[in-house]
Amino acid sequence: MSAIIETERLVKSYRGRPALRGIDLALESGIVHALLGPNGAGKTTLVSILSTVVRPDGGTARVAGHDVRREAAAVRGVIGLAGQHAAVEPKLTGRENLRVFGRLSGLGARAARHAAESALGRLGLEAVADRVAGGYSGGQRRRLDLAVSLVARPALVLLDEPTTGLDPLSRRQLWDAVAELTREGTDVLLTTQYLEEADALAGNVVVLNEGGIVAHGSPARLKSRVAGETVTIAVDRPEHAAVAAQSVPGDCRIDAERMSVTWSSRSGAREALGVFADLGARGIEVRELTIHRPTLDDVFLDLVGAEKPEGGGEPEGAEQPEGAGKPAGAGKPEGGR
Amino acid sequence: MTVSAPRRTAWPVALLAVTRRHALATIRTPAVVIMSVVQSVVFLLIFRYVFGGAIGTGGLDYVQFLAPGLLVVSMLFSVIGVGGAVAEDMGTGVTDRLKSLPIAPSAALVGRVLAQLGLSAVTLLATAAIAVAVGFRPGVGFAGLLGVLGWCLLVALTFGWVFILAGVATRDVQSAQGIGFVVLPLTFVSGAFVPAGSMPDWLRGFADNQPVTVLVAAARWLAHGDPRLANASHGGGYYVLVGLTWMAAILLAAAVAAVSLYRRR
Repeated sequence: MSAIIETERLVKSYRGRPALRGIDLALESGIVHALLGPNGAGKTTLVSILSTVVRPDGGTARVAGHDVRREAAAVRGVIGLAGQHAAVEPKLTGRENLRVFGRLSGLGARAARHAAESALGRLGLEAVADRVAGGYSGGQRRRLDLAVSLVARPALVLLDEPTTGLDPLSRRQLWDAVAELTREGTDVLLTTQYLEEADALAGNVVVLNEGGIVAHGSPARLKSRVAGETVTIAVDRPEHAAVAAQSVPGDCRIDAERMSVTWSSRSGAREALGVFADLGARGIEVRELTIHRPTLDDVFLDLVGAEKPEGGGEPEGAEQPEGAGKPAGAGKPEGGR
Repeated sequence: MTVSAPRRTAWPVALLAVTRRHALATIRTPAVVIMSVVQSVVFLLIFRYVFGGAIGTGGLDYVQFLAPGLLVVSMLFSVIGVGGAVAEDMGTGVTDRLKSLPIAPSAALVGRVLAQLGLSAVTLLATAAIAVAVGFRPGVGFAGLLGVLGWCLLVALTFGWVFILAGVATRDVQSAQGIGFVVLPLTFVSGAFVPAGSMPDWLRGFADNQPVTVLVAAARWLAHGDPRLANASHGGGYYVLVGLTWMAAILLAAAVAAVSLYRRR
């Protein structure tokens, strides 16, 4: 039983609108899995089905070997869910929330008290444990929410966009908590719109778009799908940029205004150093040398943008893939939205 | 990964935890408790002292006529809020979390009803105390008062389920609260504040046959006994039986519908 999550041809529609169009997954135990995709990609639907909150229309899904439809009770007994909203009772203190949900998760009274204390400690909430959750900051609320989902030490924690709307510090704290979980042997499936987050936390990334899987693999493998690295060398005078261009082994682009040359390379560092040495020998000063390794952003835009008929633009520098959630459906049999 | 048997929560344990959550939340929102009590007491005082003098009851003192009916009506008002609260839980992901836990769905909703019953009980006791203070004297004595109080809690339990159903079905706070307005025609077009016999025929047809009139008549009988049961066309035992039947039917239908909708969504 090495697969913690298995799905086969999983299908779900909401009022005739397809949310999942046949998902086949086999996610192994022991690493963090990230579902990555824009709004409306089907991430939440998939998590809801895996947590037995929503019933699939077709196909099968198994969590830790239990079928989500026929053995829902068993699935509920091994998972912890932290949904998109911080689902804690605002009128109860952090400690009370943890105790109540500990009891509801099947712990005895003493075990629930004990688990509440340990969860408070793990997420650094001791200082606010006796304040009502309604008075928490966004980050504290999220951490409490995560604490609630793991209070009964589930085998699998499902986190739906755990850091959406958090400030960078709170996000970092949450990341640390998730990393800590996996060190202790808890399996984690998280969804995120942030490529950086999938990169930082996950050993395996499933890219979803329009209810289907568009890519699947480790962050490194996904990144290797995008050809090479981008090298930029800036020099001190416009005419020197032309000289630099001659040292570049292949094609390159000259930016006269910035006095720079840019090219893409499969071995960016080696070629960059070659050009750097060459220019040094000619007495030309290099102001700046950058090697841009492909990020998951590039991969994501590459994958999702590929469905756009116009082929998409220059992905570099884009923080958020604009319009990635609504590619033209041309050529797709489902038609859809 | 250590593979252990899936956790499972016993029904009473889940019920207790859910009830505790909602009860604590209610206690810590004193405005809700105060408003519920104040609304009920204000209704009592307005009808007792403002409208009461102009309402003929055919023999029974108005305060004796009013108090049992008002206590029943205040139970309906006290449970309206649960609809919005349930809808809010469904919208904020709390329900999703509860559904992902190894508990029976019915435990989540029954716990909600029990906590709401606590609020109704506080409203009931406070209003009953004021009613006695302004002249309510059950004809069959203290037992009559206890009978009315118990009857009122059954009413609260029944209509609590109705509004839980409203919350589960609409999943929207505003819509659920909107459904709460059905309480107005149900209570005012009933025998609670005025004898139904004083209404025009077309309205009386509704008033005589709707459950609140029956529940109120039963409460009046429990309080005062047959001789002082004003403007009733049947004996008191009849109203208790019909009232119980109404409540059983409403409770069963609403609870079954609420739990099955809750599971399905």
